[in-house]
Amino acid sequence: MENVVIAGSGPAGLTAAIYAARGGLNPLVCEGLSPGGQLTVSESVENFPGFSDPVSGTDIMKKMREQARRFGAQFKKGSVNSVTQSDNCFDLYADKDRVKTKTLIIAAGAEARRLDVPGEARFYGRGVSGCAICDGNFFRDKDVLVVVGGNTAIQDAIFLSAIAAKVTTIHRRSHFRADACEIDRVKKIPNIQWLAPWVVEEIRGNDVVSGAVLRNSESEEERTISCDGIFVAIGHTPKTEAFRGMVEMDNEGYIKVHAKSTATTTQGIFACGDVCDSIYRQAVVAAGQGCMAALDVQRYLRKEI
Amino acid sequence: MLQTDLKHVTTEEEAKRLIGENPFVMMCCGRMGPMCIPVYEIMHQLETRYSHVVFGDMDFDMPEARFIKVLPECRSFMGLPFTVYFKNGNVVRATSSIQTEDEIVAILDEEFSEGIKK
Repeated sequence: MENVVIAGSGPAGLTAAIYAARGGLNPLVCEGLSPGGQLTVSESVENFPGFSDPVSGTDIMKKMREQARRFGAQFKKGSVNSVTQSDNCFDLYADKDRVKTKTLIIAAGAEARRLDVPGEARFYGRGVSGCAICDGNFFRDKDVLVVVGGNTAIQDAIFLSAIAAKVTTIHRRSHFRADACEIDRVKKIPNIQWLAPWVVEEIRGNDVVSGAVLRNSESEEERTISCDGIFVAIGHTPKTEAFRGMVEMDNEGYIKVHAKSTATTTQGIFACGDVCDSIYRQAVVAAGQGCMAALDVQRYLRKEI
Repeated sequence: MLQTDLKHVTTEEEAKRLIGENPFVMMCCGRMGPMCIPVYEIMHQLETRYSHVVFGDMDFDMPEARFIKVLPECRSFMGLPFTVYFKNGNVVRATSSIQTEDEIVAILDEEFSEGIKK
């Protein structure tokens, strides 16, 4: 039986793995369908402490994984699909295997939110994308829209401005959530145009995207805009479906944890990172919570909590 | 070569032989990126359930992957990975960009169900 299984391998999961491994718990990390988590889509991370120069999210996550592995963390491919409780332990179903564990840390992260407007599903992969780094090259010298939320979205716009002919960023509020330094930088790029407060109402095209219908969220004015691609970067929703019924969640699917702790409503299950953080949603916060979760597990196994 | 647990296809000749010799083939052509890796992982998880299907991958950046990129079914694709379903040597479905397990299972059940042993 495992001492602790960590579901997820983003900053929260891997920091939990580092601390749990150093604590002698020999953690097993179920890496999930997207090893490394959301940070792997960031081409340039500038706000993670310890890196004076910009670094790719993939590089940060590779280093974290190697650090956890060096202290003895074990890794398993695939996601935790379901959990059942029996006596004082848990049975996890991951990939094709059943794993028995004394404790579980849920660090499954979040997945990109979609616009949920007419045309989006039809044109996903045919002009609509959720990953600028993955698909940006299909839009060389073309016009694209970037529907933006926070820093990652702004970085997507900067990344795409070097490839596309024109980048139009669309934000539903007049005020941007991204860091001021990121916004200052993007405003100096000549082929990036700003539209706020506007929302995408519909995505249009025939075989591929040819444009979108936009609505001003203050005046209600509508207009159509021609474009070849639409990149959606409007935030994330927690990946907690596999744990529904096992731990309490709020209406949006975020796992409830006790104050100043990562303990969930089920003894022996802990949660950290974007599965329980609806406010900060930063890699460094997730890493801090991952540390807390590993320390909470150690105290729980010593019967101190 | 992609770091997956799927059958790696590295040449056009190998791909064509695989498609010719096996009635049901699902081929995913991508990179090791966040839109592609989930599809590889789902395919790997489905290998036992769909034992009559060959699940293969191909590196999108290899020149040999051109034969996937120029398929008429993939001509309008603008999102990685390109996933193509071959039945008896012919393309029956193709998808662009990330797919969920439910979406992949729906296609496998619709297109490849006749291969399941009763």
